Amino acid sequence: MATMTSSETEKIEGARAKSFRLPPALISYLQAAPLTLILGSFLAVPILMIGMVSFWDYDFAQMYPDFVTFNYAETLGSWVTWKTYLNTLKFAFFVWAITLFIGFWVAYFLAFHIRTAAMQMVLFLVCTVPFLTSNIIRMISWIPVLGRNGLVNSTLISAGIVSEPIEWLLYSDFAVVLAMVHLYTLFMVTPIFNTLMRIDKSLVEAARDAGASSWQTLTNVILPLAKPGMAIGTIFVVTLVMADFSTVQVMSGGQSASVALMMKNQMSLLQYPAAAANAVVLLVFVLLMVAAIVRIVDIRKEL
Amino acid sequence: MHGDKRGREFYMLAIFFAVFVLFLYGPLSAILILSFQGPNGGLTFPLNGVSVHWFANLFETQAVGDFGGAFRRSLLLGLMVMIVTVVVSLLAGLAFRRRFVGATALFYLAVASLVVPSIIISLGIGVLFQQIGLQPSWFSSAFGAHLTWTLPFGVLIMLAVFNRFSPAYEEAARDLGATSWQTFRHVVLPMIAPSLIGVGLFGFTLSYDEFARTLMTAGTFNTLPLEIYGMTTNVTTPVLYALGTVTTIFSFLVIAGTLGLIVHLNRRRQRS
Repeated sequence: MATMTSSETEKIEGARAKSFRLPPALISYLQAAPLTLILGSFLAVPILMIGMVSFWDYDFAQMYPDFVTFNYAETLGSWVTWKTYLNTLKFAFFVWAITLFIGFWVAYFLAFHIRTAAMQMVLFLVCTVPFLTSNIIRMISWIPVLGRNGLVNSTLISAGIVSEPIEWLLYSDFAVVLAMVHLYTLFMVTPIFNTLMRIDKSLVEAARDAGASSWQTLTNVILPLAKPGMAIGTIFVVTLVMADFSTVQVMSGGQSASVALMMKNQMSLLQYPAAAANAVVLLVFVLLMVAAIVRIVDIRKEL
Repeated sequence: MHGDKRGREFYMLAIFFAVFVLFLYGPLSAILILSFQGPNGGLTFPLNGVSVHWFANLFETQAVGDFGGAFRRSLLLGLMVMIVTVVVSLLAGLAFRRRFVGATALFYLAVASLVVPSIIISLGIGVLFQQIGLQPSWFSSAFGAHLTWTLPFGVLIMLAVFNRFSPAYEEAARDLGATSWQTFRHVVLPMIAPSLIGVGLFGFTLSYDEFARTLMTAGTFNTLPLEIYGMTTNVTTPVLYALGTVTTIFSFLVIAGTLGLIVHLNRRRQRS
């Protein structure tokens, strides 16, 4: 090898390039192709399909290709739809506010008060593990806790705080919000934790050296820098709540409604075009909300 | 943070964190305990004796469902989703390291996949299969529906991994005469292996627990979450909790096994 001249090396490398190397651009396309193919056929095409079907006619048995707008007229013209949207937004707002509060303090505690990286990882995993188990199991696990004869009620009664079981603990809007907070908080903790971990610790030290109290450091340094993480968490939580039907159905005992639950009921009645019109409205609504959030907070730095 | 004494803030936040953990695990432990309810016990406390009656009941032939079959299908589907998620996310992550036309559009498509409500995807794939005359089933339509949920997570994780990945290692390998396959196989792959295992864990557990996306796409045979969801409306015995305990323990075992594997790989890499 040592006696090889530079022109010989070039020749060998040139030969290898010809026989083995594809052009880099082609490699990128080949690598990106599976993702494009899967998302194209199971995300883009189905959504276009929904858009198309939302203009179709239907009866109790099947759908008929057509161009009618009454699916939209019925959806948008009905008082029930607006009430359901308002109800879903109410859930979204409460769940958002509570998960943001919990998410920020948990992430702040992990990022700034736990000293070793190993301990941080362990505590973060403790938070993560329940989120990798079944949502439905976690939902029904509230039933023995909140029910009429549940843990909370029997504790309150035996302590003499209330004389009769509190009825609104289960099968109520309260139960829906509580279960959603339980299900979705991690989606707020993780992005905020991720953002806080990237804050340069010398900024915090500089603030303290300049005489800031720990509260001032929090509000003037850490909170503004945590905004992108909060925005990503907000997008997750808001879209998850807007899409939720199972929590609303199980935890409200059928007494409350959400947009997705309305869609699901239409689907079980085989009214696919009506459900499709609903889906288009919901999708536009959700995308507008996401666009608004991205407008307020620049999240591109996080990616 | 560098002071030796923990302030008041630390203790308040530590209590807050402890309450949060209790909030996360408390209800789960309630059904864990209640699944050992005696044969005459009901859905709530107190325990009416202690037995494994409801676990035995779970493995008998049920009038309401077929847990064995549902579990097998969910397990197999989870493994399929896991493998495809790992491979496709890795390839996409590699693709995104270079600029190419359409990269931004593909990235936004992946993000959209996270944001689009799952029931809409369920409806869309259901209607699509119906219109092109295919029978929806757990291994075709539900498989695709699950991938729309696991792939964006996998791709975002791979993007984060490669953002922090120094090209110096690859350059060094190339300077030593390695082909691009050798560079990938012996340099890049060992370094990102723990992240890939993490992506696999995400893929498996998200699919194993996924429910809204399976609703319209599972076809004739239910997956386990659909089976459990059906039970919430028509089963009024602790057999529901027994099933919850069994699936939760299974999830815990999967998570613990994966974390063990990651720790093992990291140790081995540090030693060599």
